[in-house]
Amino acid sequence: MHELRMELHSTDRAVKVDAVKKVIASMTVGKDVSMLFTDVLNCVQTGNIELKKLVYLYLINYSKTQPELTLLAVNTFVKDASDSNPLIRALAVRTMGCIRVDRITEYLCDPLSRALRDEDPYVRKTAAVCVAKLYDIAPDLVEERGFIEILHDLISDSNPSVVANGVAALSEIAESSGKDVMRITASVLQKLLAALNECTEWGQVFILDSLAKYTPADGREAEGIIERVTPRLQHANSAVVMSAVKVILSYMELMGSQNSDAIRALTRKLAPPLVTLLNSEPEIQYVALRNINLIVQKRPNILENEIKVFFCKYNDPIYVKMEKLEIIIKLVSEKNIDQVLLELKEYATEVDVDFVRKAVSAIGRCAVKLERAAERCIAVLLELIQTKVNYVVQEAVIVIKDVFRRYPNRYESIIATLCDNLDTLDEPLAKASMIWIIGEYAERIDNADELLETFLETFEEEDPAVQLQLLTATVKCFLKNPEDTQDMVQRVLDMATEESDNPDLRDRGFIYWRLLSTDPDAAKIVVLGDKPVIEDDTFKLEPALLNILIGQIATLSSIYHKPPDSFVVRRRAGLPTEEDDEEDDDDDDEYDEEVRDSSAGGVDLLDMGGMSVNDHKQFTPTAPMTRVAGPEKAGGIEVFSGFVQEGGKIFMELEFSNVSAGQDISTFAIQLNKNAFGLSPANQQVIFQPPVSPGSSGTTRVEMVMNPAMQVPTPNGQNVNPQIQVAIKNMHNNGVFYFAVNLNFECLFSADGEMEKTAFIEAWKSIDDRHELYATVSDLPADSTSIEDVQQKFAAYNIFFIARRPVPNAEGQEVVYFSMKSVHGMTFFAELTFKRGVNAAKVCLKTEATSYGGLAKSALESLLRSD
Amino acid sequence: MISRQYRDDVGRAAADSFRLQVVAAKETGTDAPIKRIENCSFLYTRHLNMYFVAMTRSNVNPALVFEYLFQLVKILKAYLGEEFDENAMRNNMTLIYELMDETMDFGYPQNCAVDVLRLYINLGNVKPQDEPEPSQLTSQITGAIDWRREGIRHKKNEVYIDVLESVNLLLSSTGSVLRNEVQGAVQMNTKLTGMPECKFGLNDKLVIDKDKGDGKQTVEIDDCTFHRCVRLGKFDADRTITFIPPDGEFELMHYRVTDNINLPFRVIPAVQEENNMTKVSINVKVIASFSDQLFATHVVIKIPVPKNTSKAKIKNSFGRAKYEPEQNAIVWRVKRFAGKAECIITADVDLMPMTRPKPWSRPPIQLEFQVPMFTASGVHVRFLRVYDKSGYHTNRWVRYITKAGNYQIRI
Repeated sequence: MHELRMELHSTDRAVKVDAVKKVIASMTVGKDVSMLFTDVLNCVQTGNIELKKLVYLYLINYSKTQPELTLLAVNTFVKDASDSNPLIRALAVRTMGCIRVDRITEYLCDPLSRALRDEDPYVRKTAAVCVAKLYDIAPDLVEERGFIEILHDLISDSNPSVVANGVAALSEIAESSGKDVMRITASVLQKLLAALNECTEWGQVFILDSLAKYTPADGREAEGIIERVTPRLQHANSAVVMSAVKVILSYMELMGSQNSDAIRALTRKLAPPLVTLLNSEPEIQYVALRNINLIVQKRPNILENEIKVFFCKYNDPIYVKMEKLEIIIKLVSEKNIDQVLLELKEYATEVDVDFVRKAVSAIGRCAVKLERAAERCIAVLLELIQTKVNYVVQEAVIVIKDVFRRYPNRYESIIATLCDNLDTLDEPLAKASMIWIIGEYAERIDNADELLETFLETFEEEDPAVQLQLLTATVKCFLKNPEDTQDMVQRVLDMATEESDNPDLRDRGFIYWRLLSTDPDAAKIVVLGDKPVIEDDTFKLEPALLNILIGQIATLSSIYHKPPDSFVVRRRAGLPTEEDDEEDDDDDDEYDEEVRDSSAGGVDLLDMGGMSVNDHKQFTPTAPMTRVAGPEKAGGIEVFSGFVQEGGKIFMELEFSNVSAGQDISTFAIQLNKNAFGLSPANQQVIFQPPVSPGSSGTTRVEMVMNPAMQVPTPNGQNVNPQIQVAIKNMHNNGVFYFAVNLNFECLFSADGEMEKTAFIEAWKSIDDRHELYATVSDLPADSTSIEDVQQKFAAYNIFFIARRPVPNAEGQEVVYFSMKSVHGMTFFAELTFKRGVNAAKVCLKTEATSYGGLAKSALESLLRSD
Repeated sequence: MISRQYRDDVGRAAADSFRLQVVAAKETGTDAPIKRIENCSFLYTRHLNMYFVAMTRSNVNPALVFEYLFQLVKILKAYLGEEFDENAMRNNMTLIYELMDETMDFGYPQNCAVDVLRLYINLGNVKPQDEPEPSQLTSQITGAIDWRREGIRHKKNEVYIDVLESVNLLLSSTGSVLRNEVQGAVQMNTKLTGMPECKFGLNDKLVIDKDKGDGKQTVEIDDCTFHRCVRLGKFDADRTITFIPPDGEFELMHYRVTDNINLPFRVIPAVQEENNMTKVSINVKVIASFSDQLFATHVVIKIPVPKNTSKAKIKNSFGRAKYEPEQNAIVWRVKRFAGKAECIITADVDLMPMTRPKPWSRPPIQLEFQVPMFTASGVHVRFLRVYDKSGYHTNRWVRYITKAGNYQIRI
């Protein structure tokens, strides 16, 4: 280290440069070289640009840990920012923006202001990006200094690179602030379109992406822009192509149906570039395929004649093959089914097991989708079963069950072939499917009872899914042929109700038992009744979500097929200000009483009384508001939403911020899509009182009621989707927009969830350990792990304290038990472990409503985190 | 190995989770190249045994990210050599930081043109007096034509044009065409003085039909993409290809043709499993359907046989053919295959008995070949006109090669 220091102070430039390089090499491999800070900084006094770059690199890296020392470099930055060499001016501005030390920002403003008007385009383009950097640290400063206006001026810059970076910076600020700072006017639009022809490939992407967020005034304007954008479809850079596709698809919506010729022409133009993307690198193919998946759902006619290009090549990577298969199924029609079947049959002989299974299952899905081709599909499946390849047979059995459900009583002739392959089945899902088929068609299978009998031998070892099917199939068999199966059904019912500790199985067993013993005819109606015919809607997206995602083409959102809000955790620019504090005070006054009530009710705090009384926080339920729609999607309104329970009622809280709706807004209508909770609005009208004038924001609440008809059942074993899809109609202009918001589950905990200690213990023990859910919540706010506080906070959310006890043999550790019950009557039991001095907690949750367990667990986690 | 944080939202710790879940898991290219771990998205590609990973928490444009990563690898290849490895990376750490800083700012890709980067990022190899004036340099970096610098001089003005086609074919066992397309690329190597304006023309059906045709064969091009130097607006308006080329090698365009393809080889297979899967008899006829003035080179025909093959008795009229157990195939190599020639290979394959006979999946026959001076699509270069102020004369050299892409015949 000493040697390095000497070299850094050497007068020989080459030695100096080498020394700094060594320092940076150590920094890269993770060695701490921060003690050389002043020595390295000294080297910055040089006219040599190579050395300067190295020193700046070092500065950026250590600015966070050494903010005080970084200030020493300010003078150099300021000086370099007015150097005669434009490369050095730009370097200074670029580096200053990367240093995220608050106090640097004040020094940055003047040089930045000059750089934005620099005569050299290289400096201006660097300064443009720097504004976005500064906005991330100090948004107020950017607005105060009028930098946003200057960015606007840069859109008319003579240099295309400057325009491109200006657009990028403005779009970023618009996104993070939620304000429409981009303000695309007619003249801005023309400038953007002109720059599109001139700037680099990246610049074209920035411009196209910002155009995609713009809503043209009418169909004609949309058409005009599309015309200027279509040449981009021929660009060699796939990002340019994808962004152009996004603009065209979004604008096509606006062109409306009166212009069907133009739309047909566009549809024809879009297909070739999309197909060409499939000849790029596999990574790009993957991106393209995920997006095409959305496009074929929205506008199936674009690629309806191109199914061949999605046929898999022998040497495609697996992830590409899987995506292609998904698209083949979406494009399959009666015209091309024969060709598709030949392909799928070919895939079923390949080596990769996952791919083969997906191909086999695809054949079944084709059968379900195309009634006229079902017979041919089944023939292929039977052929594949003859290969006796274990996983092929199992997958085939699973899909054939779906085919039977889609076309009842039509293809029973193949049951015999299936029955020949019983031995191969060793996977639960395949077994369960086969057993379902046997039960359903028991009267056509001569030895149905014998077949079931063989499965019953291993009943206790089977997976719950298989057990449930066995139970049902045996009962069906009994109802159809009571004489021979009396013994068998008795045995199954015994095993299900007495020997099993699976609650689902027990419940179903008891129900059958009661039905059979009280009213066999009713049992027939229930058990043998007609089942709803299924459709092939696997992997099909809800229209509301699809519309959201089409607007997100060429973003990660289109890869995950999830709206951006569900995975982007965006800090809202700027830090919380006094406003937030004020809010807290208000809440304290209002809910004082309520909190005191709950703490008086049975919570035993006597031991700790003296210590914790003083600074107890007061808790009151609040809705965690998330941004669910931006002004570009919601007609100039930015929407935040969340759920809260108050006075036993559940409310959806809405905050509308009128960014650019152009008038006062007050009246809306709301509708919810079916969801996993059966929530629906009590009243469709949503009123903001007073009306929200442009530039301001307002909040309102919509009361929610439980409506079983609105509930989408969640299949057993799957996790509930917390998403609630909402449509809002703006009554002022009849515009409709959609968004999706995740339900924060704690708002559904009802006030009668309290339990006796003994009842709790019994319930806790009765739930199989396999259904336990764990989480560790770390990095909690420093003062939030006081058990008393947690207890009080939880009480406000109807999460009831049961007991607490120290963990034996673990000093400082304590466990606390809570119970809660949802308004639907599902109960949840939680065990939280805290350790003194550690700002983390372990959460363990048990419930019989396993599908909802994950939600309850994350509700607890987020409540622990909240303050 | 090396990382550059352009933003504050992902830390070094995130890189560790990628290392654990992808690199350490010996992921071999079956997983999707975009992975989400703890709310952080990782987009990655590979060069040799190195991962180039972009991390983000925002809703970025993934195509943009991949294109940047590819460009970065390309730039590194230009600086460190085609096959640059870990050591080359470690030895040039500061250079790589410099390149990363220059090509991306705050997550926004900037100029990635190697020629221009070389002007001001070099390992001190360029002497200061050769360095252009800073202001000239910056206008170059930000200019509309950032792929070419001004003042280039060549003694001889020459353009080499290579038209490379690769034919994809998938034939069913009954001989019907399942997939057939040609992917073509026009590669250029330009050695031209000044800022020449070029105009390039193929026998594109759309253009020639408009000009009332000159009696020659035309080709219907399904789709094409162009190097960024080509004026796309102009192409969209009248399908002329105009551009100011970069200096040296570049790929002017890619195109795709699916109609009226001249297949260079026809293959007629007869493969039968006999005697209850103890023998396979093979008879494959290969016909070169291109002109007898031409010939194909590097012809390899792979005829798959079952895994449990014990021996194969092969008869063929020319070339060398043998059973290669590691490929599970009879591999037949012909160095020079004349146009219009026909050849038959027959083989009797004996199989070892298996305790649990498994059906044979009958993979397709695969062909590899190169046919110089032949284009399967029929594309040919009609003209390349070079206009420069000084009005110099340009020499043009055009080559054509057709190669096999995925050329498969199911049996």
